[in-house]
Amino acid sequence: MRLIAPLLLALALWHGQALAGIETRQFESPQQEKDYKELVFELRCLVCQNQNLADSNAELAVDLRNEVFRMLKEGKSKQEVLDFMVARYGNFVLYKPPVDRATSLLWFGPVVMLAIGLLIVIVFIRRHRNRPGEDNPDEVIPEDDF
Amino acid sequence: MKAKFLIPLVLFIALAVLLGIGLGLNPKEVPSPLVGKPAPRLSLPALDNPERIVTTEEFRGKPWLLNVWATWCVSCRAEHRLLVELSKHTNVPIVGLDYKDEADAAKQWLRQLGNPYVVTAFDERGRIAIDWGVYGTPETYVIDKDGIIRYKQIGPIDANVLQEKILPLIRQLQEEAA
Repeated sequence: MRLIAPLLLALALWHGQALAGIETRQFESPQQEKDYKELVFELRCLVCQNQNLADSNAELAVDLRNEVFRMLKEGKSKQEVLDFMVARYGNFVLYKPPVDRATSLLWFGPVVMLAIGLLIVIVFIRRHRNRPGEDNPDEVIPEDDF
Repeated sequence: MKAKFLIPLVLFIALAVLLGIGLGLNPKEVPSPLVGKPAPRLSLPALDNPERIVTTEEFRGKPWLLNVWATWCVSCRAEHRLLVELSKHTNVPIVGLDYKDEADAAKQWLRQLGNPYVVTAFDERGRIAIDWGVYGTPETYVIDKDGIIRYKQIGPIDANVLQEKILPLIRQLQEEAA
C-alpha cells in the first residue's frame, strides 16, 4: 500500500509532462493560450502518426509547435495556422478533416451503414408480420426435436 | 433461391479484397498537397559556402531534383549511392537540402560518399523544410522547368522507383523543356 502514493504521483507527473511537452511559453492573452492548446491538440504529428502535436516528442512536432506559437504571436488567426499546415502537409494533419469527396465515406459511411441496417430490420419485421402463423419452415420447430 | 446463400460469401470476398488492398498501402506515405503546385522558396546558405544563397529561382528553365537528406538519416546512406549514379548518368541537376544537420558532418559525408549535388542548401533548423512539407528524410521532389513540383518521393529512392517513376518523368520533363 505504501507504494501506491509515490506511484500515483509519478504517473501524474509523467502524464502532465507528456501532455504539455516540457516547453514553457509566455502567452500574450488567455485567448492566445486557448488557441494554441486547441491547435496542438487538433493537429496530427506527421512522424508518429497516431499522436497529436501536443503529445508528440518527435523533433518535427517540436518544430511545428514552435511554428504554431510563432504564428499566433504574429497575430495570425487559428484558421490561418490551420491553412498553413494543410497547405504543407495536406488534410492529413487535421484530426478533424473537412467534408470533401475524399473524406465523404469517412463522414457519411457510418450513417449509410446504419440506414442499411435499419432497412434490413424493417424489411425483416414486415415480412414476418405479414404472415403470422403461416407455415414458415424456417420458424416452425418440430416438436420431436426436443 | 440458392443464390441467397452466396450473399455472405460474396460479402466476405469483397471485404477480404478491400482489407487486402488496405494492407498493401503504406500509411506512412502522406500524399503531398504540393504536387502540382509551385515549389516553395528555398533561400538558404550553401553548405560549402555560407555566403552563397541558394534560391529556387536559379534552377528555372529546366527540370531539377531536390533531395532532402541528413547525415543522421540511415536510409539516406542507402539512397546516396543511387543519387551518385544518377548524377553521373543524367544531366538533371540534383540539389541537396541538408536537413537539421551539422555542417562539418555533412561536408565529410559528401567527401566520403561522393557528391551528387550541384549545390547543397543547408537548412540547419529545418524551417525551410516545413515550407516544403518535409516530415522525414529522405524525400525527393521532381520540379519542372516552370518550378512546379511534379512528383514527391517519400522515403529512399530505390532502383525500382528510379527506373519506373523518376527517370521516365525526368525524360518527359526534359522533352517538355526542350
